Amino acid sequence: MLKQFLCLWIALNSLVANAQFRVEVSGVGLTQLPIAVAPFKGDDVSPQHIGAIVQADLERSGQFRLIDASGSGLDENSRPDFSVWRQKGSDSLASGSISRLADGRYDVRFRLWDVVRGQDLGGQSFAIPAGDLRLVAHRIADYIYEKLSGDKSVFSTRIAYVTKSGSKFNLWVADSDGENAQSALSSAEPIISPAWSPSGGQLAYVSFESRKPVIYVHEISTGKRRLVANFKGSNSAPAWSSDGKSLAVTLTRDGTSQIYLIDAQGGEPKRLSQSSSIDTEPVFSSDGRFIYFVSDRGGSPQIYRMSTSGGSADRVTFSGTYNISPTLSPDGRWLAYVSRIGGAFKLHTMDISAGTVTAITDTSADERPSFAPNGRMLVYATRQQNAEALMTSTVDGRIKARLSGQSGDIREPAWGPFQR
Amino acid sequence: MSFKKFLLALGVVMVVAGCGSSVKLEDVPVEDRKGAMPVASAPVMEARSAVAPVDLTANQLPAAGPAGVAKVVYFDYDSYVIKPEFQSVLDAHSKHLKADTRRRVNLEGHTDERGGREYNLALGQKRAEAVRKALTLLGVADSQLEAVSFGKEKPAAMGTDEAAFAKNRRTELTYR
Repeated sequence: MLKQFLCLWIALNSLVANAQFRVEVSGVGLTQLPIAVAPFKGDDVSPQHIGAIVQADLERSGQFRLIDASGSGLDENSRPDFSVWRQKGSDSLASGSISRLADGRYDVRFRLWDVVRGQDLGGQSFAIPAGDLRLVAHRIADYIYEKLSGDKSVFSTRIAYVTKSGSKFNLWVADSDGENAQSALSSAEPIISPAWSPSGGQLAYVSFESRKPVIYVHEISTGKRRLVANFKGSNSAPAWSSDGKSLAVTLTRDGTSQIYLIDAQGGEPKRLSQSSSIDTEPVFSSDGRFIYFVSDRGGSPQIYRMSTSGGSADRVTFSGTYNISPTLSPDGRWLAYVSRIGGAFKLHTMDISAGTVTAITDTSADERPSFAPNGRMLVYATRQQNAEALMTSTVDGRIKARLSGQSGDIREPAWGPFQR
Repeated sequence: MSFKKFLLALGVVMVVAGCGSSVKLEDVPVEDRKGAMPVASAPVMEARSAVAPVDLTANQLPAAGPAGVAKVVYFDYDSYVIKPEFQSVLDAHSKHLKADTRRRVNLEGHTDERGGREYNLALGQKRAEAVRKALTLLGVADSQLEAVSFGKEKPAAMGTDEAAFAKNRRTELTYR
């Protein structure tokens, strides 16, 4: 009982202390690893507060409970008084420092301690330009996360999203916390459905710049873009195969929205879906065997699954009359999607083998969920206080955070892969 | 001499003066060539400086629909059925398109803002297709039509009430 109260109390403190993001904790009795992240020595005079970024990452993952460590005055060389930290309820402690080098770069160091066993869990040091400080903070958070949870960490991955500001649309590539966004594309016409290539170097998306929806593949580092689908009618919903060589897309060239396979370089499409209704929003399973998609062949939009060579399809969703926007966890265990319940559009997850379905939000305009590459979190778009916002959530829905980011309406998030 | 006669004389003098042309007749030399050219032909120019005019305007059409006819067809919620009240609009557009088969029109389908973007793109496409089918049934050639969708991306009316939604569920006929 006391632990649960402490959990909520600390979360509320985080709400006040970290104006950049708001973490919402719902449900108690969570299995979380208690950790203290001491303010990095030199953080207060550095362009980026490394300690604060690390704390925010760990908190957003939902797998850590942050123990207050303010004023502890430690750095990576201090040997902590473990009994003090055990008393505070912390199982681990991270400390570090940041200092400016003579050549203008920054020296960042940290160390992780196992407080329970009184052991040094290692650390790292980095010498980097100011522009890489945020990335280094995310890499430190990755180190801590992987050492303590055993899972692969996603803090140094990127997300893509679209903003609308007046009559201007932008496609952004940002850190996994929504910060450090850089514009990949600016347009006076809408951009929707960005999709990361498996290597993380390219984005496929739908652009309305030619007054009809067409699909581009865009190399992020160079800005070079290739028009891969501009067939008669509308071209949309690009999804990459796991080998990055093909795209499943929705084309209307035969009169209705159907799913086709095209080479990622462009070329003649091969039709995969066979119905006279709407088939759209294809997504490949990680094992490359299936394509999940939305079809209203049964009278209302539901999620189906067919083999990647096309043909007949099996229905996957059975509750509710409107189920769209499927996305799959990399381990193949979870399907996340949006279901319309009584006029509200709500994010749901399904344990695919068990078939059990859970609603994981209490907002009512959820759109476009996308799994993190470790399958532990989702990013999605929704409306809060009458404005569009991006949220992350743990797969069980218990820990959610609103992402900070660009101003204007923000939508269409896509979580990028592990950088290779 | 009476005043009237004076004016008449003045008028005659002026006309005669005007008739005295100052345009020289031997303006441009007409060369005598083999395969005798008629006297009234245009002057022949040097081949090197010849410019052959190409006039596109004779074949280009101002992109306009039939005058005074609505360019939007509205739909009910979750529907792509063309309501009887729009039949006369489509009749007028089909006549306009059949009158000149160079005319091209984009049929742009839209939805209201409720629901997912990609699914709404597909619904908008159905609304565009419904108009396309109706026009082809009235005899318009398929090559003059392209059905595309904007889904919910380009609303005509902002707002979250039914009045706004109704204005957004539409197909626009945009002549190219």
